[in-house]
Amino acid sequence: MAQTITIDPVTRLEGHGRITLKTNDQGEVSEAYFSVTQVRGFEKFCEGRPYYEMPALMARICGICPVSHLIASAKACEAIMSVEVPPTAAKLRRALNLAQTIQSHALSFFYLASPDLLLGMDADPAERNIFGVAKAHPELGRAGVGLRRFGQHMIELLGRKRIHPGWVVPGGVTQPLEQAKREEILALLPEAYANIKMALTAYKRIAGRFQDEIDSFANFPGPFMGMVSESGGLAFTDAGLRMIDAEGLVLVDNLEAAGFDDCIGEAVEPYSYMKFPYLKSLGYPRGAYRVGPLARLNIASHAGSPLADIEMNEFKKLANGPVLGSFHYHHARLIEILHGIEAIEQLFSDNSILDKHVRARAGVNRQEGAGIAEAPRGTLMHHYKVNDNGQITWANLVIATGQNNNAMNKGVLQTAQRFVKGDKLSAGMLNRVEAVIRTFDPCLSCSTHAYGEMPLAIELLAPDGTRLDLVQRP
Amino acid sequence: MSPAVDVKTLVIDGIDVSARADQTVLEVARENNIFIPTLCHLDGLSDVGACRLCLVEVKNSPKLFPACVLKVEEGMEVTTKSDRLLHYRQTILELLFAERNHVCSVCVTNNHCELQATAQSQGLTHVRLPYRSPRLGVDASNERFVADQNRCILCTRCVRVCDEIEGAHVWDVMGRGIDSMVITDLMQPWGESSCTRCGKCVNVCPTGALFDKTKVGSDHPKYPDFVPYLNMMREGR
Ligand code: FES
Repeated sequence: MAQTITIDPVTRLEGHGRITLKTNDQGEVSEAYFSVTQVRGFEKFCEGRPYYEMPALMARICGICPVSHLIASAKACEAIMSVEVPPTAAKLRRALNLAQTIQSHALSFFYLASPDLLLGMDADPAERNIFGVAKAHPELGRAGVGLRRFGQHMIELLGRKRIHPGWVVPGGVTQPLEQAKREEILALLPEAYANIKMALTAYKRIAGRFQDEIDSFANFPGPFMGMVSESGGLAFTDAGLRMIDAEGLVLVDNLEAAGFDDCIGEAVEPYSYMKFPYLKSLGYPRGAYRVGPLARLNIASHAGSPLADIEMNEFKKLANGPVLGSFHYHHARLIEILHGIEAIEQLFSDNSILDKHVRARAGVNRQEGAGIAEAPRGTLMHHYKVNDNGQITWANLVIATGQNNNAMNKGVLQTAQRFVKGDKLSAGMLNRVEAVIRTFDPCLSCSTHAYGEMPLAIELLAPDGTRLDLVQRP
Repeated sequence: MSPAVDVKTLVIDGIDVSARADQTVLEVARENNIFIPTLCHLDGLSDVGACRLCLVEVKNSPKLFPACVLKVEEGMEVTTKSDRLLHYRQTILELLFAERNHVCSVCVTNNHCELQATAQSQGLTHVRLPYRSPRLGVDASNERFVADQNRCILCTRCVRVCDEIEGAHVWDVMGRGIDSMVITDLMQPWGESSCTRCGKCVNVCPTGALFDKTKVGSDHPKYPDFVPYLNMMREGR
């Protein structure tokens, strides 16, 4: 008998969403939708505000990745001011963004994903959480907490606040780095290195157990987009974007924030408040692409730091060309953490980081500006228009999670077809359907910045649309 | 013989104090280190009793009086702290917060705001009234300053400092009741008004309603203490 399964809310995600599975008369899953059910409204309420308030306003979209919003927003404002940020300010912001990427990836890997990975997809749900991990693998639990603390502590040292630091402003940062803080940050590095090395070793040891998941978790050919340095290395701030296809051929290169809208369109689907971005030249849905750690590692030829270079070489051997299985997002996240720690060490070892000139000042010199940054979850774009007085008349944000929307939907269908059979829903099946979404580490708060609230669920619907089963966790 | 100074004696919060006949209860309380919360009052400007935060009780009167405009009287017994006063003060603050859009976390004067500090000193933890959330304008036409009506509490300090100290009288109040707004000239954009760009109004504004352009976050301390000094210089003291 055909039916529809709903998972609502999907757990261990940042925000609220719902999964709907439709079965056909043979009891196989025929359609799957991942819907984001919350709406917010950031683009609307900033209208009329002076442009330089935007970084602080927009960072409130998210408590996990406020730094990326701060930076993308500040860059959009700098385009309006037509100024270049002093080099030291750019370096400090780069370090801040890396620190955030480390803490966010640590949250995703250790707190949200590792229960499935370390304890197994079919483990008792009561145990399958960070506390279960801490019990079964205390050293890994500690490493996760340690890496998250490292990132948060560094953000606090630089920005004087763990969440929503007010330090990043249009034109640079408000205050230069003090020597004492630099030393404090450098002293945190040895422990961070030890933690990430342990995590990488542990991950590589267990990854082989998940061949079924690797094959079915959004494993499909399609384009990737991410920031890349001029030399082809990993970059999170102050570089252009590149887009490659499933074979690794470059589709778009050196894409700057200003050209983003010309290149990328946003489709809308009736079942979700989240938009579906796509490469205009390929059309929708063919031009739908993936962003984030996996995309960045597929696009970059190397990391640009010695230890991460070695790991990346090994990672690239997972496939002949771009790595297409989204399960590998987890692995990519760990490599990015390692690179982040190395890059922070490089930045802070250079004395120029203490330079006192960290802020450029100017008024409105252009009525439009866009800025990009790589958020932990992928490319983030802020685009504003202002009037002569510098007040926002229009704003548009393209969020990392939105760009993975299509891939997440594909992944849910693929996984459901592989694991959900018959008309009874087992906890392990449902958890896999959720786990595929978790590989993308989506941030639903960010991605529905556009206008609310509601929690996330899996719903099983018959072909006629009647609800047959609903799994909803409080 | 020089004219004798007219001295009054009164009791504030159980303490015997003496004062000149032309002093207000607020002035005398402050001289004696007795704290009364205020918002519209600013040393050096005339008092208008607009905010009512300085309300005090006077013995044998059922009415409450604003201390900033209440002249001392012989034998007066004043109470500045009571549950009733706290209730009124908190309610006044709640009304202020509910009236327009005070969003501290993203306000330019966060941590430097007198409204915020007063709410903290009065133990205000939440607002029980529904927020009105009006759609109010921002005037960013001045090359140096911005006026954000969303954060204005109509204390009229800007109006008074511009008139009494700067002598320009650019600011005034338009409308009545809940529709009142501070305006520049006859509601011309600030940048096109007769404003002298002295910045006094910005420094005396207790909230983020008037602020320096390009200042963000907790980047915007204000320095309203200059007013009495300007008065002293003018009087040649
Ligand atoms: S300070 Fe007395 S009424 Fe405002």
